Amino acid sequence: MTAVHGANPLRDAADRRLPRIAGPSGLVIFGVTGDLSRKKLMPAVYDLANRGLLPPGFALIGFARREWQDEDFAQEVHDAVKQHARTPFREEVWQQLIQGMRFVQGNFDDDDAFEQLKDTIQELDEAQGTGGNFAFYLSVPPKFFPQVVQQLKKHELADAPEGAWRRAVIEKPFGHDLKSAKELNAIVHEVFAPDQVFRIDHYLGKETVQNILALRFANQMFEPIWNRSYVDHVQITMAEDIGIGGRAGYYDGIGAARDVIQNHLLQLMALTAMEEPASFDADALVAEKAKVLGAVRLPKDLSKDTVRGQYSAGWQGGEKAVGYLQEEGIDPKSKTDTYAAIKLGVDNRRWAGVPFYLRTGKRLGRRVTEIAVVFQRAPHSPFDHTATEELGQNAIVIRVQPDEGITVRFGSKVPGTSMEIRDVSMDFAYGESFTESSPEAYERLILDVLLGDANLFPRTEEVELSWNILDPIEQHWDENGTPAQYQAGTWGPVEADEMLARDGRSWRRP
Amino acid sequence: MKIDLTDTTASKINKALVQGRRAIGSPAVGMVLTLVIVTDEENAYDALRAASEASREHPSRTLVVIKRVSRSPRDRTSSRLDAEVRVGADAGTGETVILRLYGEVLNHAQSVVLPLLLPDAPVVAWWPVNAPLDPAKDPLGALAQRRVTDTYAAEQPIHELTARAEAYSPGDTDLSWTRITPWRSMLAAALDQVACEVTGAQVEGEEFNPSVELLAMWLAERLGVPVKRTLSPGPGLTGVRMETNCGPIVLDRADGSLATLSIQGQPNRAVALKRRETPELIAEELRRLDPDDTYAAALRFGVDRLGEPVVPEPSVDARDEESPGSGSGPSRGSAAEGGASGEDDASGKGGAPGGGDASAKGDASGKGDASGKDGGNTSGTAKKAAAKAPAKKAAPK
Repeated sequence: MTAVHGANPLRDAADRRLPRIAGPSGLVIFGVTGDLSRKKLMPAVYDLANRGLLPPGFALIGFARREWQDEDFAQEVHDAVKQHARTPFREEVWQQLIQGMRFVQGNFDDDDAFEQLKDTIQELDEAQGTGGNFAFYLSVPPKFFPQVVQQLKKHELADAPEGAWRRAVIEKPFGHDLKSAKELNAIVHEVFAPDQVFRIDHYLGKETVQNILALRFANQMFEPIWNRSYVDHVQITMAEDIGIGGRAGYYDGIGAARDVIQNHLLQLMALTAMEEPASFDADALVAEKAKVLGAVRLPKDLSKDTVRGQYSAGWQGGEKAVGYLQEEGIDPKSKTDTYAAIKLGVDNRRWAGVPFYLRTGKRLGRRVTEIAVVFQRAPHSPFDHTATEELGQNAIVIRVQPDEGITVRFGSKVPGTSMEIRDVSMDFAYGESFTESSPEAYERLILDVLLGDANLFPRTEEVELSWNILDPIEQHWDENGTPAQYQAGTWGPVEADEMLARDGRSWRRP
Repeated sequence: MKIDLTDTTASKINKALVQGRRAIGSPAVGMVLTLVIVTDEENAYDALRAASEASREHPSRTLVVIKRVSRSPRDRTSSRLDAEVRVGADAGTGETVILRLYGEVLNHAQSVVLPLLLPDAPVVAWWPVNAPLDPAKDPLGALAQRRVTDTYAAEQPIHELTARAEAYSPGDTDLSWTRITPWRSMLAAALDQVACEVTGAQVEGEEFNPSVELLAMWLAERLGVPVKRTLSPGPGLTGVRMETNCGPIVLDRADGSLATLSIQGQPNRAVALKRRETPELIAEELRRLDPDDTYAAALRFGVDRLGEPVVPEPSVDARDEESPGSGSGPSRGSAAEGGASGEDDASGKGGAPGGGDASAKGDASGKGDASGKDGGNTSGTAKKAAAKAPAKKAAPK
């Protein structure tokens, strides 16, 4: 925070009970009537307040087209909070929050509205003591980014007064290829300096994802085997059981790989594969992540080692599901992928020769995100073949969601007089026991934005490196063939299974 | 599920635990600590409920040690251990064993508890009432890394605080200290916002609430300035005022839930500062199991160095205005007292100016406390406070 912070006699590093409270500040949400804002952002703000992590006088400004008064907005937030917040509703917390709630009505091209926003911010600085510190959350489709950002610049909202800060928060997608990502970055960075821009990848706010670093670098027993000498391959899966829902307009033409692999899965891969950072600060982390993303090598034959698919009609979890091409608003000839599986290598000493299989898809068996580090078989087994017939490969599985936790799979003797060894799993149920009080990803990320802590936000270079990895694959898909079909409710197209079978491996059933 | 064992032993209880776990088909146990609650029958229910709520955040094995009173000499010589084993849905997210000790085994409770501790996991002992004066030397306390007492529940809380300070060993902690975490964090946050030097402070709260003393001692220890205590009807803590060289910082909570933070030169702000229930306190307590050095430092500052608590004059609503005269030890209080302690004080602070203030305040806010705080909103009051500041600083010199 500020220099004053260090001088505060009530602060003491040894005093671990005192939480990190954001300094005086406010949050401006553009597109406040949207789903994300209602289901995630507003409840997260309330939960933060409820945990006592927001500064007194925190301000929340909604900006949208709808003709609302401050009270209507407050009512909307109230409903959203009651419905979606994780912590119980408490009147006094609400009373604290409501005093700083404002609504500004307008279009993004409306100069008056932005002037009004500016006035509102000034008014809040006086009434609530927000000290000119404001974060602008752009919860709007990317096509509006340039306009909003330019408006912020035009009305001098992006320039922080002396001693204050202004920050911009943007959501994925960060472009749809390297070129558009660069354009977007240029637009945003023209107004906000790189360290003022916070890109939200909500996966990075999840406790389990942060726990990857704790697991790897706070422990002694995992890191020694976390390399090519012991690891056979790594599978990173993010499966959804839902279809595209009402997002046809956004989804068609983007597809699973751009929607998920580019950001979430490559981030998970970076965290799994990176070297130990020199420290846990943002620069050191980004340096290591960028290094490993830069070392990613694409397969030689893209048609063999990448697979894309589209779900066809089928039954998903007891419900009949239409195929992707039959979804409302989708071009029946669309080549958009709803499933993507790719094999990547990492060219460094630790990982040479170890494939990373990344897959994601909609309408798969169930909703699950996990990282499975699969180990090689024991080099020699004193047990005879029949004894170990049922023994698979050892694995450490980090379950990102749901049911957050870590599973270790290893062989164990089946009780009985004969020697028979079978896989068992040892489970650490991180989620089951801790979720109730652990903060939601958005809570953590919003708090970090207000604190200016950039640890959990991908930087420009990471975004560009990720596109660098994905662009050739997308290009290859564009030019060759059509997506494979897979029945809704299954674990993807057979082509994906064949892709692993060629390497003598198979997908884990997550 | 629930298994009742009468006249039993620790090893039978262990067997029942395994059996219970098997019966409900729950696999590996992910419990992170053993919580030993030492209590009497009256307080067992509430304590256990708090623990099982806290166990959602900290899956644990909870051992409730209930010492039964023996009412006849025969009872005292015989000895019996009854146990109730709860696993699964009946026990929050962990396992619970309720141990009832009769007769001689009362004095050897540790022999029952020791075999039931989770391997390798930390042990926390909690006495909701009747905590031993030296928890670390208590046979059960000696098994624990962390010993949680609650002076709030004591007959003579302030007296007990002093005893705790003398007996302190690393790992001791007290729920009256846990209760003030939100206050401490809000006060720290308030100081983050200004670059001022604190010259004095005042803590106001109900009588027989050791949180008042702990907060005052913490402030005194961290800030190195005199800190006063003032009594109020409560509930709990009702206010803290820090005098700084750029005006007072006041955190005022009259109703036990919503507080007002006023900082010189900044608008008043509402702050949710609800009094927390025991489960939340226990959950916070279990979050960190290393010794709490800040608590130790605050506790060791010593209640006697704070001076006697001040009872505000009932007729004049003067506590906001006058008592933070702080700094000046004996001189504070009524004008007559001020006069007795020295000419400087009397002329600088007591007498006319004090009376003037009190009446001004009375005019402005006839409704008493609450409206007085609201009155702080108006710039008039702020200016008044600013005008008073120099006078106050002059007093101690």
